[in-house]
Amino acid sequence: MIPELGHFALIIAFVVSLFLFLLPAMGYYLSSQTLMGSASRLAVLQLVFVAVSFACLAAAFLGDDFSVSIVALQSNSQLPMHYKFTALWGGHEGSLLLWVLILAAWTAAVALTGRHLPLPVKALVLATMGAVAIGFLSFMLFTSNPFERLLITTPPDGQDLNPLLQDFGMVIHPPMLYFGYVGFSVAFAFAVAALISGKLDASWARWARPWTNIAWAFLTAGITLGSWWAYYELGWGGWWFWDPVENASFMPWLVGAALVHSLAVTEKRGAFKNWTLLLAIFAFSLSLLGTFLVRSGVLTSVHSFAADPTRGLYILGFLFVVVGGSLTLYALRAPESTFRPVFSKVSRESLLLANNILLVCATLVVLLGTLFPLIMDYLGQGKYSVGPPYFNAMFVPLAGALGLLTGIGMFSQWKSTKGLRALVQSPLVLSIPIGLLLPLVWGEWRAGAALGLFLGVWLILACAFNVRHQTRNALSLLAGLKKLRLSYFGMLCAHIGFACAIIGVTVVSTYSSERDLRLDRGESLELAGYSVLFNGTSTIRGPNYVGTRGDIRLSRGDRHIAELHPEKRRYHARQDQVMTEAGIDAGLMRDVYVALGEPLEGSAWAVRVHYKPMVRWIWLGGALIALGGVLAVMDKRYRLQRTRPNPVEA
Amino acid sequence: MNAIVKSLALSLCLTLTFGAISAHAVVETYQFRSEADQRRYRALIEELRCPKCQNQNLAGSDAPIAQDLRREVYRLINSGSSDQEILQYMLERYGDFVLYRPRFTLETLALWLGPVVLVLIGMGIWWRLSRTTRETDAPASLNDEERRALNKVLESPGE
Amino acid sequence: MARLKLFIPLIIFIALALLFFAVETRVSEGEYDPKELPSALIGKAFPAFQLPDLQTQQILDESLLRGQVSIVNVWATWCPTCLYEHPFLVALAGRNEVGVYGINYKDDPEKARRWLAEKGNPFAANIVDEAGSLGLDLGVTGAPETFVVDRQGVVHMRYQGGLDEAVWQAKFAPLIARLQAEQVQQ
Repeated sequence: MIPELGHFALIIAFVVSLFLFLLPAMGYYLSSQTLMGSASRLAVLQLVFVAVSFACLAAAFLGDDFSVSIVALQSNSQLPMHYKFTALWGGHEGSLLLWVLILAAWTAAVALTGRHLPLPVKALVLATMGAVAIGFLSFMLFTSNPFERLLITTPPDGQDLNPLLQDFGMVIHPPMLYFGYVGFSVAFAFAVAALISGKLDASWARWARPWTNIAWAFLTAGITLGSWWAYYELGWGGWWFWDPVENASFMPWLVGAALVHSLAVTEKRGAFKNWTLLLAIFAFSLSLLGTFLVRSGVLTSVHSFAADPTRGLYILGFLFVVVGGSLTLYALRAPESTFRPVFSKVSRESLLLANNILLVCATLVVLLGTLFPLIMDYLGQGKYSVGPPYFNAMFVPLAGALGLLTGIGMFSQWKSTKGLRALVQSPLVLSIPIGLLLPLVWGEWRAGAALGLFLGVWLILACAFNVRHQTRNALSLLAGLKKLRLSYFGMLCAHIGFACAIIGVTVVSTYSSERDLRLDRGESLELAGYSVLFNGTSTIRGPNYVGTRGDIRLSRGDRHIAELHPEKRRYHARQDQVMTEAGIDAGLMRDVYVALGEPLEGSAWAVRVHYKPMVRWIWLGGALIALGGVLAVMDKRYRLQRTRPNPVEA
Repeated sequence: MNAIVKSLALSLCLTLTFGAISAHAVVETYQFRSEADQRRYRALIEELRCPKCQNQNLAGSDAPIAQDLRREVYRLINSGSSDQEILQYMLERYGDFVLYRPRFTLETLALWLGPVVLVLIGMGIWWRLSRTTRETDAPASLNDEERRALNKVLESPGE
Repeated sequence: MARLKLFIPLIIFIALALLFFAVETRVSEGEYDPKELPSALIGKAFPAFQLPDLQTQQILDESLLRGQVSIVNVWATWCPTCLYEHPFLVALAGRNEVGVYGINYKDDPEKARRWLAEKGNPFAANIVDEAGSLGLDLGVTGAPETFVVDRQGVVHMRYQGGLDEAVWQAKFAPLIARLQAEQVQQ
């Protein structure tokens, strides 16, 4: 009964989305206030029905209703409750319902907080988002119905969620990612609305900025979580593989970063207007492209859902309409000649332009590397693999250039910067020797490490000196800080996050080490000054698995540091799959990571130990970047105006 | 009904596919003659792709073929082969597919030079767009003839 | 002119979309499988080896394959798909169209002999590759795999997966017919 209700709610949501697209659009062309005004109510209605549908599916999962086919595939009666819930988005159909729920939520959010928007603009924005919803809802209803039933052959129990996904990371990583991807549809909708209405002044940028910032912050969090999760779950110490699906999330992130900066220029100076419109279209297009790549079967990836070419073609068609349509709109309606501002090479515009160019180049490089094997295979030129060696070689210099320019950019002013050299001198001069000497902390001096550490330290010092510069006229540091706006702190936070990530990546790539050794009970191995003592194993029972748990004592010299318990688990529902859970002693400055390999003769086991210095700085950096985005949105200029319908921009 | 069976079958494939990449972390306890050899081994098994897996390198995969190939890399290092020779060995047997760093050949020119071209174009765009008024619209300065003409106009008595 | 520049993103997108469309159509028709890996040995000689035969223990080498067009099937008792394709191989051997040879890959020879005794032996000869060294030289990624080798001992094709009549007709028969025809003319 409940699945039917959920299915029915989904159909109604689809009908509502049709109205959400048609009525405000008609209202715009007929200049009808009523029709345009209906958009908000329809957006909320859409959310209500999608939420009901989602709740019904959740009830099916939580209630072990194995007559619903995806529950039978993804879940199991012995699965802990929270994983039963997350199993909802473990497969293709359920993840689409999550997508649509989040889309409906963003649409309703725009409807409810957009009171200051002129009605025609609001109508067009919501109509566009409705159009996107139509695409996804129809995709679900016609090809990927989550409420498909197995009424005749209802299995007694489910096949269980893939053990790799039975983890906290699964609870939070996909929703965060989807919040980001879907959030870009708001900027997209604003761009489309601007193109249709011809209102291409800076106001669309002002309206789109907070939405873009927060979507990008979520995407940052999602990617960071994914990296962290892969690290502790997969067992070989990697945290980013340039896998096609990872790239599919990274490309919108890079374009989103460019967009966040480009919107600032368009809002503040009215410049780069066409470019910002294009970026807004690109960011969402890349989100949709990612959806296509993951589900189409054209690329090989550990992350991809089951390949179904029919679904792939449907998504491609959708992509064609949305992206092709918006790009056609852009080609026809974007102004041919825009305001060409004049700015010097040492101006904020110039540095933000460089930022955009570097980020877009990086995006195109990642796209090239991801699609190259596909293109070559299609042209019959053979099967190539493009992996981390290529991407790292291309991306690292670009990121380095970006790091260097970010520090300079913070001191720049619009049109031209007086005395830029003087401002930049002190942090630069300080960071050179620190950067050059810092590698020695971790071991043998390496030029790559020195360069990376220099960039990280440079960026942090540039931030510190920038704060000093901003507060130089205040009575005290505290008084000066109080006067600074949240958007400034957001920028600072994000840039410091970038620096932390650079430092983390540099150190962990250069100075990690590992050892694999056969250890008998009572034996220990040495790595990076640590002593890892293997004390044997014991059997363990979990809610849906049995396994072996190792007893490891970690110490440094005489000092006992931690007890670690790596495990090997065999899940009941998947007898052939053995999972490794690593035992990690996590620290801000280093991780020590222990995994069990195979049992050898007697009580001996193969044990792997990794030493990973500064690895957590990567995710700390990501978290700070996401936080920066959130802080920027909390700035008081974006506070909801209850009294004044059209706030004047400060 | 058919659609249900079809999607069930496809989802089963998903399950089986995911099943193949269990985080099993097979740990081989190979002993090397030197620290440098061990580092080379680590680097090589990260550069080589598992021919049967869903995009994993030899370091991250537990597939039997990955184990075999890791053993092969170990054997080759111990028998004195250089990194290049080991990569060539794998290339001859498994093709370009198994190299995560594509070789620099005529076919991969677009791949390796493309980014360079992109960056150069980007730099060109940046250069062109970030000009000041002085550099573009206004003429540099008056030449001698123009200055004489100007002086003549300035010094001539008014009408 | 400026208007034309604005069409560039659309044109690039259309090109990409067409590429994806072409690839996806091929995937949906079963013509393209991104997971399939063509052999690196195509056009090259079958690798040299010196390994015993499963039944006779006589040492075989690559000259085994010269003189006729043949298929070399990589199989093992631990491989479930090999069980599935075995009846077809037995039938194929009976048709006497091509030489049928086997490589018993990373298996227990005693188990393999018993297996063949139970299920029938389609192989003219069976190379015992316990260590997998020949498999490695061939670029084998698992079982079952089947190679097509011509009269000169040159590899022409590698198929990953189980054989049956449909696959044989679609992928093997035309190639084998061509190989047998062209060399007769020499």
